[in-house]
Amino acid sequence: MNGLDLASWVLLCVGALWCVVSAIGLLRLPDFYARTHAAGLCDTMGAGAIVCGLMLQATTTAEVIKLLFVLGFVWFTSPVATHALVKAAYAGGVRADEGSG
Amino acid sequence: MFATAMVGILVAMGLLIVRAGLGPTVYDRILAVNAFGTLTVLLISVLGYLRGRPEWLDLALVYALVNFVGVVAVCKFSRFGGFATDRLYKGSRT
Repeated sequence: MNGLDLASWVLLCVGALWCVVSAIGLLRLPDFYARTHAAGLCDTMGAGAIVCGLMLQATTTAEVIKLLFVLGFVWFTSPVATHALVKAAYAGGVRADEGSG
Repeated sequence: MFATAMVGILVAMGLLIVRAGLGPTVYDRILAVNAFGTLTVLLISVLGYLRGRPEWLDLALVYALVNFVGVVAVCKFSRFGGFATDRLYKGSRT
């Protein structure tokens, strides 16, 4: 296995593991606002590692540019969507638990 | 390697569906569906490479945008009760 394939393996496995950890956090954290942090893990490092792993496997420049666009869209739109959601939740009356650290 | 990543993403998607079903408030469900959409984008990309069709990246690109627009629309709807905001801002809670 050459170096490029090895790096792809590592990045893809790290990315998939990051997404699983993010989903576990979404299940186990006690509070809505804590769960937004867990969801953010998947959008940032999960997507980043998986897309970088795929970039190493791309054969043409067009694929690399498309992957960069996918990453850029996810990285730019995910914080905006999270912000809109948190604002909607606060306006809807959801408050942070006092004792959940 | 693509199959391993795909299995990991599918496991995460399953856990997110559990949160979407459980979530005590509607906002938990919207959060789970937003993360599910991001995972769908990643799954389409990985599946494209697994099947030897990297053209599927175009689908992933489109779905990334669709997911964003959908989540913002649902947040707007749950906050204001509608999509037209110039009338609704006056009476809304902030």
